[in-house]
Amino acid sequence: MKRKLFGLLRRIGFLILVVWTVVSLVTILIELVPGDPAVAVLGEQATPEQLAQFRAKHGLDRPPFFFGFPSDDHGQRHFRLYGLDNRYDDYWVAILHGDLGNSFRTDQPVIDLIFERYPATIELAIAAMLIAVAIAIPLGVVAGKNRGTLLDNGLSVIALVGISLPSFVIGPMLVYLFAVKLGWLAPSGRFDWSDIILPSFTLGAALSAILTRMVRSSVIEELGEGYVRTARAKGLSERSVVYKHVLKNGLIPVVTVLGLQLGVLLAGAIITEKIFGWPGLGLLLVEDGIGKRDYRIVQGCVLAISTTYIIANTLTDMIYRWLDPRIRVQ
Amino acid sequence: MNRLSIIGIAIVVIFVLVAIFAPWIAHYDVGATNLAMRYMPPSAAHWFGTDSTGRDIFSRVVFGARISLEVGLVVVAVSAFIGTLIGAVAGYYGRWIDALLSGYIFNVFLAFPGLLLAIALVAFLGAGLNKLIFALCIIGWVGYARLIRAQVLKVREYDFVQAARALGAGDFRILFVHILPNAIQPLIVQASLGMAGAVLSEAALSFLGLGVPPPAPSWGVMIEEARDLSTLQAAPHALIFPGIAIALTVLAFNFIGDGLREYLDPRQRRR
Repeated sequence: MKRKLFGLLRRIGFLILVVWTVVSLVTILIELVPGDPAVAVLGEQATPEQLAQFRAKHGLDRPPFFFGFPSDDHGQRHFRLYGLDNRYDDYWVAILHGDLGNSFRTDQPVIDLIFERYPATIELAIAAMLIAVAIAIPLGVVAGKNRGTLLDNGLSVIALVGISLPSFVIGPMLVYLFAVKLGWLAPSGRFDWSDIILPSFTLGAALSAILTRMVRSSVIEELGEGYVRTARAKGLSERSVVYKHVLKNGLIPVVTVLGLQLGVLLAGAIITEKIFGWPGLGLLLVEDGIGKRDYRIVQGCVLAISTTYIIANTLTDMIYRWLDPRIRVQ
Repeated sequence: MNRLSIIGIAIVVIFVLVAIFAPWIAHYDVGATNLAMRYMPPSAAHWFGTDSTGRDIFSRVVFGARISLEVGLVVVAVSAFIGTLIGAVAGYYGRWIDALLSGYIFNVFLAFPGLLLAIALVAFLGAGLNKLIFALCIIGWVGYARLIRAQVLKVREYDFVQAARALGAGDFRILFVHILPNAIQPLIVQASLGMAGAVLSEAALSFLGLGVPPPAPSWGVMIEEARDLSTLQAAPHALIFPGIAIALTVLAFNFIGDGLREYLDPRQRRR
C-alpha cells in the first residue's frame, strides 16, 4: 500500500514537472518571433505610440525572463539580472489565476475562447474514436482468426494503406464524394448532427487502421494460450471462445493504445478541423491564432491541447496498471 | 525480405529517380500559370491535367517529389545523428546522466504531441523550408535516442565489451568502436518509418500553410489549393494526383520499415 502511494505520488510529481516544462516552453516561444511581435501584429504602418501602447497593454515591454542580454546604445550585449519582475513570472501568476491573457486582435480573454471551442474538439475526438473501434474490432478479429489466409493479407494491406493515407487527403476526397458528387452531406460547418460524420471518419481512419493491426496480433497471441484450449475442450462454440474469452483478454493492450491515441487525435484534429471548418481548438489555433498572428491565442491553444494530451496519457497509464496486475508487479 | 517490402523499395527507387531527373521528366514550368488552360482534365499534353490557375499538375507532382524526399532525408539524417549521440551517452553512462536524459528530457518531448510542437515552433518562427526542417528535427530525434539508449544498455553488458574494457580501451573507443556498431541495426527500421513520418509531416505543415510557401510545388500545398469547392467540382484530379503521390511514398516507406523489422527480428516472422 505504501509503495503504491509512493508510486502514485511519483507519477503526479512527474506530471507536474512535465506540465511546468511545457508551459515554460510555450511562454518562451513568443521570443522566437523574428523581429518585434508588436510590429508583426499591428503592421509596419503603426506609429511608435501605437506600438508602445500595444506593448504596454500586453506586457511586451517587460523583460522576458529572470535575466537577459539586452544590447546597449552601442549595440553591445551585456548580462543583466531582472529578478522577479519579468514576463515569465507574469504569465505564471496569470495562469494560476486562470488567466491566459487577452487576444492581441480582439482583446477577448483567451481562456473564454478556449472554453468556447473545447467541447467541439472533444466531441470530434470521441466520435472518431468510436468509429475507429467499431471498424477495428470486427476486422481485427476476422484477420486474426484467419491468420495467413488471403483475407488476412488483404485486410493487412488495407490497414497499411489506411495508416499511409493522411487526413488531408482522405478529408477532401470524402468532401468530393459525399458533398460535391452525391450531395448527401454538408462540406463543412457544425450545424446539423450529420455534420460530424465526415470529420470523424477522416480523423478516425488512421486510428482504425492502427487498431485493426493491434486487435489482430492480440487475437493471434491469445488464441495460443492455454485457456483457449480449455474453453474449446469444454465444448464452447468458436464464437463464444473468440468474443467472450479471447477478446476480453486481448483488448487490454488495445485500451492502452486507445488512451494514448486520444492525445494524437487531439493534435490530428487541428488538420481535420481546418478541412471541415469544424469550430474547435484546432481551427482557433490555425485561423485566429496562426493565420492572424495572434500569438496569445497560439500560446493558449498549444497549452490547452498539450495539457489535455499529457493528462490523457497519465490516466491511460494508470488504468492500464489497474487492468493488468502483471505490470504492477514489475 | 517479404514481397511488400520489395514493392516498397521499387516505389521508393522510382520516386528517387523522378526527383533526381525532375527537370528532364517535367515538360512545363511548375510556376507558369495559364488561365485559359485552367481545370483541364488529364490529356496527352497534360498527363495529370491542370489546376485552378492552369499549371501542369504532372510537372508539379514531379518537382514535389524533390521537396518531399529532400525534407525526409535531411530530417531523418539529422534526427538520427543527434538521437544516436544522445541515446548512446544516456545508455552508456547511466546514473544521473541517464536519469536526466531519458527520465526527464525524453519524456518531456514524448509528452508533447509531435505535430503540435512542430506547428507551434513554425507558427512562432515563421514559415519556410529550413524552419520546417528544424521543427521536424526537434520532434524527431527523441525516437532514435530512446531506441539507441535501450540498445546500448543491452550491448554494453556483452562479453566483448568487458574484454575491450579489460584490454584498457577508453570510454570513447568502447562506445563508438565496440558498442554502437552492434547496437545500430534497429535504427534502420526506425529511419525507414521516420522517412514516412517526415514526408507526412512536411505535407501536413505545408497544407496548414506553415511549410514551403506557395507557389512551390509541395504536395501538401497542392492539396490545400485543390480542396476549395469550386476546384473540387471542376478538377478533382488536382486533389487526387498529389494525394496518390503522398500516399504511395508513405506506404512505400512503411512497407520497407515493416519488412525490415520482420527480417531483423525473426520472432516476428513466425506470426
